[in-house]
This record gives sequence, C-alpha cells and structure tokens, in this order.
Amino acid sequence: MAKALKINKNTEEGLLQLLEFLLDSEKVEGIFSLKKLNKNGNIAYSLITNKDELKGAVPLDPHMPVNAGKILSHFTLAEKTKRPVAAVLRPCELRAFVELIKRAQGSLENILLISLSCGGVFPIDTMNNGDAKKRSSSYAESLKKAENSPDVRKTCQSCDNFLPQLADMTVLTVGKKDADKECIIYLNTKQGENFAKDAPGNTISAEIESSETEKLKSKRKENKEKLFKDFEKTGNGISGFSRVFAACLGCHGCGEACPICYCTLCDFDSKTCEYKPESYESELEHKGGLKIPPGTLFYHLGRMSHMAVSCVACGMCSDVCPVNIPVADVFTKVGAALQDVFQYSPGKDIEEPVPSGTFKEEEFKEVGEH
Amino acid sequence: MSSDFKPNIVGFLCNWCSYAGADLAGSSKMEVKPYLSVIRVMCSSRINSNLVLTALLWGADGVLIAGCHPGDCHYEQGNYYARRRFALLKKIMETLKLEPDRLQLSWVSASEGKRYAEVVNKFSDEITKMGPNPIHKNPKI
Ligand code: SF4
Ligand code: SF4
Ligand code: FES
Repeated sequence: MAKALKINKNTEEGLLQLLEFLLDSEKVEGIFSLKKLNKNGNIAYSLITNKDELKGAVPLDPHMPVNAGKILSHFTLAEKTKRPVAAVLRPCELRAFVELIKRAQGSLENILLISLSCGGVFPIDTMNNGDAKKRSSSYAESLKKAENSPDVRKTCQSCDNFLPQLADMTVLTVGKKDADKECIIYLNTKQGENFAKDAPGNTISAEIESSETEKLKSKRKENKEKLFKDFEKTGNGISGFSRVFAACLGCHGCGEACPICYCTLCDFDSKTCEYKPESYESELEHKGGLKIPPGTLFYHLGRMSHMAVSCVACGMCSDVCPVNIPVADVFTKVGAALQDVFQYSPGKDIEEPVPSGTFKEEEFKEVGEH
Repeated sequence: MSSDFKPNIVGFLCNWCSYAGADLAGSSKMEVKPYLSVIRVMCSSRINSNLVLTALLWGADGVLIAGCHPGDCHYEQGNYYARRRFALLKKIMETLKLEPDRLQLSWVSASEGKRYAEVVNKFSDEITKMGPNPIHKNPKI
C-alpha cells in the first residue's frame, strides 16, 4: 500500500492547496505548472515564485502546449536548479524528461516531480475554440468513469502508459468518481513524503492501480492495436510510407516539437543534408523528375532511426504538423516495435542506458552469420 | 525480373577484417560478382543509419555491411554497437515493410577470403532477384 495525501477539496483545488503550501513553507522556491494567460483560453507553462501568481495556475488542464520534459531539460541543462522546484507534468512529459537526462540533457536534482494518472490532452489547435467549457466538463465526466474522452489527442486515446513512473507524487484523476469533493495525491517516494510533511490534509494508504485504471488501460491497449493495424492498411511499404508523408512540407516542426529530438544542430538541418545544385542535377539525371521539397522521406526515416526507440508517445509531432500528417501514428508504432526488440521502456528507469549507447555480448546472435 | 538487371550494391567494409578478406579473395583469384561498390571504413561501428539510408534512398539496390566477427573488432567493441544499430534499422524496415532484405550485415574476417566471395555472391544473387530498388527511380519520392 502506498501512502497518499487526502484533501477535502476538488482535485485541482486540492493540488493547488498543496502547491501553495510548498511555496508558503519555502519547501520549494518555485512552481512549474500550466497557467491561464488570458480569458481566451490560452494556456502556457509558467514558472511561479510568487504566491499571487499561483492564481490562474491550472496544473491539471488537459493541454500540452509543449512537452514539459523538453522545457525542464532546458532549465536544468546548464546547471541544476539551486533551490527546489515543484513541477507538475504529465506521465509522457516525465518520461521525456527522464530520456533527456539519460542523454545528459538535464538534471533531476532539486526537482519535485508531481504527475497524475492521465486522461490525455486536447489537441493544441483546439485551445481557443469557444467550446472549451463544454469540452472540459465532458472530459471530467469521462475521467470519473475511467473512459476515454473523445476530444483528446488520438495518441492519448491509445496510450496505455498513463500511470506515471518515477513521479514523487501522483494526483489521482482516472476513475476518481468524487473528484469534485476530494483530492488524492499519492506519495510515491521518500522525497514526495518529505515535501508533503505537514501539508494540510490527512495521510491515508491507498493503491493507485484499481479496477478503474485497469479498465482504461485495456481500452487504450485495444485502441493502440487498432491504430497500428489501421496504419498497416495504408502506410505499409515504400508506396504507403511516401503516401502518408506525401504532403510533408519538410518544415521539421515534428522534430522541433518532439521532446526526444534534442540536438542543437539536427543532422537534417545541417550542411550535410543540404540540397546543392549538383544534388538536384544528379538526381534528375536518373529520375527524370523530383518531388520538392526533396529529402522528406530521408528526414523521417533518419529521425526515426535516431529517436523512435525512446518515443514516449506524447503525440506532440502529430499535433504540430501543419498539414495533419499522423506523424505520431508512425513513430509510436515503430517505437513500440523497437522497444520490443531492445526490451526497453522509455522513461521507466533512469539508470537504464539508452539502447544505442550500450550492448550485450550475448545478443543478436543470428545477426551477421549470413 | 529481366536477367540483364545489374544491381548496384554499396558495401561498407571494415578496414581490419572484411576489406582484407576482400583483398584475399581477389589475390586468391576467387570469382566475386562485380556489383559491389566498396566503401572502406575503419570499423563497422562507423556506419550509422544516415549512411545506409542515404545509399538506399539515393541509388543503391542493396547495402552490405561487413565487419570483424564479434569479439574480434580492432577497437574491441565497435561491432557490438554496429550490430545494435543494424538490428534497429532492420527492425524499422521490417515494421514499415520497406524491403528489409536489401540490407545485410555479415561478419567476414581477414582470413576468410572464401567467405567474402560467398557472402558477396549470395547477396548479389538475392538483390538481383529482388530487382531494382523502387525508391530511387521514383520521382514522387
Ligand atoms: S515522435 Fe512524436 S509521439 Fe514520439 S516522443 Fe516525439 S513527439 Fe512524442
Ligand atoms: S511537421 Fe508535418 S510537414 Fe513538417 S516536417 Fe513534420 S511531417 Fe513534414
Ligand atoms: S574494426 Fe572491424 S568491426 Fe570494428
């Protein structure tokens, strides 16, 4: 049985109360959370050090304007934070942060990780739609019943990895029927317990996994299998793959938004991959015609070979694509296949090396014997 | 496939073993099919996915990577990394049905001139049978 903090307020208010306590008691110096920017529904991640600024914080709002793992990596890359910061982020964002730390792109030190059992997020481009209220109340209802909200990202609807690993605290949202009255925050680590010490609320013991989370998990698994099968129908083979990416502008926005793509200078933006007049010429010589912009398939396959084994299935790439290419369908599918080969689970274990940076002598014995 | 198809195969050969193996095959006057364009690399671990993808997307019908047998790498561990990278790229090609058979990795030591000839001849036959790589002649890709 895990320890948990029970607060007699609705789930978001309960969490806000805890955040306020952490600031007030100077246990943390800052809060990293989503926050409302204006009345139009715009939301962005914010760093908050002043209690008054906590007003308008919406840590559980179902949007992911950017994958927070990437932001936390930027914060802690040059230097770890000197004073503790509490960060509220979704499980796939936390996984991304861990993957980045494994690549020496950040530090966990002095960061209190608060995550949640995750119902998914809405696509970014619906953020300012007038129906926000309606959508969030139907989202809340789905969460209570541990059902998929039809309004969340396609990638979220097929994500069975919605219980955070490595979080110090986990806010219960999935299947929390009385979320309007009560807030449960699991204290998963010693650090989580220490920070929550003396916080308002009662300490109880409870289990995060329940028949409700199991229910959602199996539904999501089912969706995932279907998503991958559906992709095969249209995306298989060279012709299928080029059809999926036919409209690609080559903007590389998917890689920019992807938390795992951290390279300051991406190979595919570098001189090596630049098309020079003679590249056009030589290609035209044997093809007689050339799709413009060239090199889009190379970009996607190359990017995939660099990072898909660590794909955390956040769906950012699909979300930002200006021409609605289901990038995440491809990357999560290939990611799952690669993770299976290497028995690797992104973001699960901070000590486990990234597959490309390690090997075992006794593996892939059949390779090379042809 | 028409019998006059002559495949264009890129062979990345490790300097310390497979390249020497190719030399031995030549100096022993073994018959080796002439379809391999050999690129000498200092170790099989020099090969990354971008190199292989460049070959496959811009002209090659097949890619052969050859290096020292596991345990025999001149740099001790290079080929273990190469083997992982190969497994990764192969799995991507398999998952997306991108004709994974066009990519092969073979261990060939400096003393295995005969094995070198066999590997190249067999792979050449297989690629000839598969026919031209549909990617690089397609103006829509
Ligand atoms: S490839 Fe797409 S789904 Fe996977 S981690 Fe990157 S942005 Fe997220
Ligand atoms: S975001 Fe879309 S258009 Fe831009 S490179 Fe990625 S797939 Fe292509
Ligand atoms: S030196 Fe031959 S594989 Fe490393």
